[in-house]
Amino acid sequence: MASRELKDHFREQRIFFHRAIWAALGVIALSIALFARYYYLQISQHEVYKTLSDRNRMQLQSITPTRGLIYDRSGVLLADNQPTFSLTLVKERTKDVDATIAELQDILEITDDDVESFRKRMGQRRRPYESVTLKSRLTEEEIARIAVNRHLLAGVEVEAELIRYYPLGDTLAHVLGYVGRISERELKQVDPSNYSGTQYYGKLGVERHYESLLHGSVGYQTVETDARGRVLRVLDRVAPTPGADISIYLDVNLQRAAIEALDGRRGAVVAIEPSTGGILALVSTPSFDPNLFVTGIDSATYKALQDSPDIPLFNRALRGQYPPGSTIKPFLGLAGLDTETINVNSRVWDPGWYQLKNDDRKYRDWKRSGHGWVDLNASIEQSCDVFFYDMAFKMGVDNMYAYMAQFGFGEQMVYDIDEAQDGILPSREWKRAARRLPWFPGDSLNMGIGQGFMLSTPMQLATATAVLANRGKWVRPRLIKTINESEVADIESPPDVTLKQEWYWNYVIKAMEGVMHGRHGTARSSGKDSSYKMAGKTGTAQVIGIKQNAVYDAEAIAERHRDHALFVGFAPVDNPKIAVAVLVENGGGGSGAAAPVARKMFDAYLVGPKLEPGQMQAASP
Amino acid sequence: MKSSDFVRQLPGGEAHFSRPRTLASILHIDVPLFTLLLTLVLGGLFVLYSGSEKSMPDVARQGIHFAVASSLMLILARFDPQVFRRWAPWVFFLGLAGLVAVLVFGSDAKGAQRWLKIPGVNVRVQPSEFMKLAVPMMVAWYLSDRILPPSFKHIIGALIIIFVPAALIAKQPDLGTAILIAASGVFVLLFAGLGLRWILGCLAGVAALAPAMWFFVMHDYQKQRVLTFLDPESDPLRTGWNIIQSKTAIGSGGFGGKGWLEGTQSHLDFLPESHTDFIIAVLAEEFGYIGVACILTLYMMIIGRGLYIAANGQDTFSRLLAGSLIMTFFVYVFVNMGMVSGILPVVGVPLPLVSYGGTSVLTLMASFGILMSIHTHKKMLSR
Repeated sequence: MASRELKDHFREQRIFFHRAIWAALGVIALSIALFARYYYLQISQHEVYKTLSDRNRMQLQSITPTRGLIYDRSGVLLADNQPTFSLTLVKERTKDVDATIAELQDILEITDDDVESFRKRMGQRRRPYESVTLKSRLTEEEIARIAVNRHLLAGVEVEAELIRYYPLGDTLAHVLGYVGRISERELKQVDPSNYSGTQYYGKLGVERHYESLLHGSVGYQTVETDARGRVLRVLDRVAPTPGADISIYLDVNLQRAAIEALDGRRGAVVAIEPSTGGILALVSTPSFDPNLFVTGIDSATYKALQDSPDIPLFNRALRGQYPPGSTIKPFLGLAGLDTETINVNSRVWDPGWYQLKNDDRKYRDWKRSGHGWVDLNASIEQSCDVFFYDMAFKMGVDNMYAYMAQFGFGEQMVYDIDEAQDGILPSREWKRAARRLPWFPGDSLNMGIGQGFMLSTPMQLATATAVLANRGKWVRPRLIKTINESEVADIESPPDVTLKQEWYWNYVIKAMEGVMHGRHGTARSSGKDSSYKMAGKTGTAQVIGIKQNAVYDAEAIAERHRDHALFVGFAPVDNPKIAVAVLVENGGGGSGAAAPVARKMFDAYLVGPKLEPGQMQAASP
Repeated sequence: MKSSDFVRQLPGGEAHFSRPRTLASILHIDVPLFTLLLTLVLGGLFVLYSGSEKSMPDVARQGIHFAVASSLMLILARFDPQVFRRWAPWVFFLGLAGLVAVLVFGSDAKGAQRWLKIPGVNVRVQPSEFMKLAVPMMVAWYLSDRILPPSFKHIIGALIIIFVPAALIAKQPDLGTAILIAASGVFVLLFAGLGLRWILGCLAGVAALAPAMWFFVMHDYQKQRVLTFLDPESDPLRTGWNIIQSKTAIGSGGFGGKGWLEGTQSHLDFLPESHTDFIIAVLAEEFGYIGVACILTLYMMIIGRGLYIAANGQDTFSRLLAGSLIMTFFVYVFVNMGMVSGILPVVGVPLPLVSYGGTSVLTLMASFGILMSIHTHKKMLSR
């Protein structure tokens, strides 16, 4: 304890006192630093952090509007919204997206397609904490399985969602089109804020044309959330405007009758109400189930649809461009009369072929033995080619072009379907531009019987037939009938077709009546035993050119190389309520394959279905 | 019998030699310090209620922590400081043994071994908390017998006493506690009169050692914390999240605050650890700059009182120990408030007597018990 005796307690106390003062000063200095730091954060930078804090807790969420429903003319629901449950993932809440997907795959079936499209959507522009659908349309069992394993699956949610559903499936796929997942490209075309909560977009048909109408406008709510994105309360809310419910002119029963009449053959049918232009039926067979596309079609099914030789995805009624064949003879007949190229007394001798001066080529009549002496009436009724060769030669391409254009050939006239094709109405200018060749007289002859360069869609044929049934009064074909139960106003149509003599119409229509009801009418077998009068014209479109002097033998030619059967017509003759165009691909002759389809449709629409107890009634509300 | 006779002979005579026997003196309480602590604790419980998502059970449990810790404080206050001095080496080596045991058999909590289960009874102890008292006691014991200012040999001796436990704790790894313990030991040295040359030399040494620490001692998560501190925006959703959210909470509180229980940052779960290490952010958000100024002033008053007690300590051991304990308390305050407001890296240091947690409350109240013991056991004659 020697050192203890040498300790200087007074000095030690002084040293301590000295150091304690320094310590106090240090405490004060560092406390001032803290005061300054908190002053900086709370007073100087208050506004900055207040904004950050508000942005943290307030979140503007979009509320997706409910898509409008689509009805047929009598109120049958064609496009519905069905509540379904989807499996979604929130990336920010999962530890590892891949591991979570792998775990989910142990519990329920998730295809590679699902995963692939999930990743694609995950890569798109996305708000933080926004959920992305992994699998749609969960079954009750799958929902239960997820619920049982919920505690293991962070970030996995089962969300209720309204999904488009087409109750009639493939019956209307080519009319309504379908909705599908909105793509990045489509998002660029629309107002992004209006589509901020929308997952679906009309891809085809009515769904596409009336997309903005059916979509409605988005609603918003400001919500207070916690850091995990859970909504704690809704602060204010602007309700969305649901999409408009629309009805279309289409008649489901007629549509069904047309599909039934086509009986599985490839073909197309368009029916139009001449007084309004309303499209009563629009059929293209084979068809497909649009419901497959709504939540995303798997690649195997899609490939099967794409690769099918029957091309079910192809809309023949709107996009199929066929030589119209003899179906244009009534229109050309009107042109011949109006240009005074011919009159009702003009007669031509038909030996079975027609020949131009200085030309060896024989232009054949479909009837090898010829029709003998024929006038316009007989030529329409019996579909004599030689009379029309002669008239076309005399009238010339310019006149034919002018009159056919008035009936809407060569231009797409449908008011509210975007994908319809224009067809081809050839002219001198067209041939020079497209083929770099002058117009030859032989081209006029081919055009005179609806062959050669001329192409038209079934929709164009039906439209022209409706104008003819209206005796020149134009109505643009359209689907839309009502929007939110109020009738859609008349739409602007091309100028009416006016002829020098009003009775020309009656003359040609009378000839078309002869096709159905006359002794020599080409479609007389389809016209018999009817309670009403109908007018029509058959047609045949050549698929492959027939060599000179070759005998056409339908049996010998492969089915795919057989001629397309065509028919246009309307009924009743005095007060036309329905105009149709029928195309049966490789059906052979128009009278045998196409006209019966039209007759069944006339009956279905005008007479009504044969009353079989509880069958058709049940389908309509 | 002898003493009672003496009393009878000189009635009231003791009053001349000691202070009046009030309740405070019977309990060995320093009234100003006790009042300040009580204010802090009660105010802290209000903030805790808000910071713990209005969890009354949490507040009640913390109340029990305080009750137990206050009892410990009162018990320690009754001991003469000389008892602590005598026990210092035993306490220190017991703690050191505990630290070694933790490294060998310790149980995990959040990836770090800090706890030691005592077999048989369901009690877990944290030897590192124990060392927060044992290290300054030991260093004060070691130096109080030497001639001060300490010689080179004694400084080295003191540094060994400080850094052996600090290194063991850093290895658990618990950098926050290691720093606090090292600081408590160093404070003893400073109060003992460590020369200015030494102080500057040590600062230079730390600066030189820092890169070596970075590469050889620090764990990845510790490095990450430092990187995050330097640039919180670099990883705003993970490691930077805490500090960004706590700054937002503090800053959005403004001058007057959003009001009690109205803090959106904490109540909407944006603020992490809102009832433990980051509770000052809750206070700053709900009570604003006024609240921060009040609590900081309260801390300064407690520290001021503590330094006063230390300066008036009767012997060198008491002064060194008291000075070290109260300055360590300040380190708690500064490191916690500094890290939450983003001027220091995030190390796990609670806001003393406000953050939820029983262990730190126990240690801190024990240290205040020692301070009160030092203040209430002064004899008339200086030694």
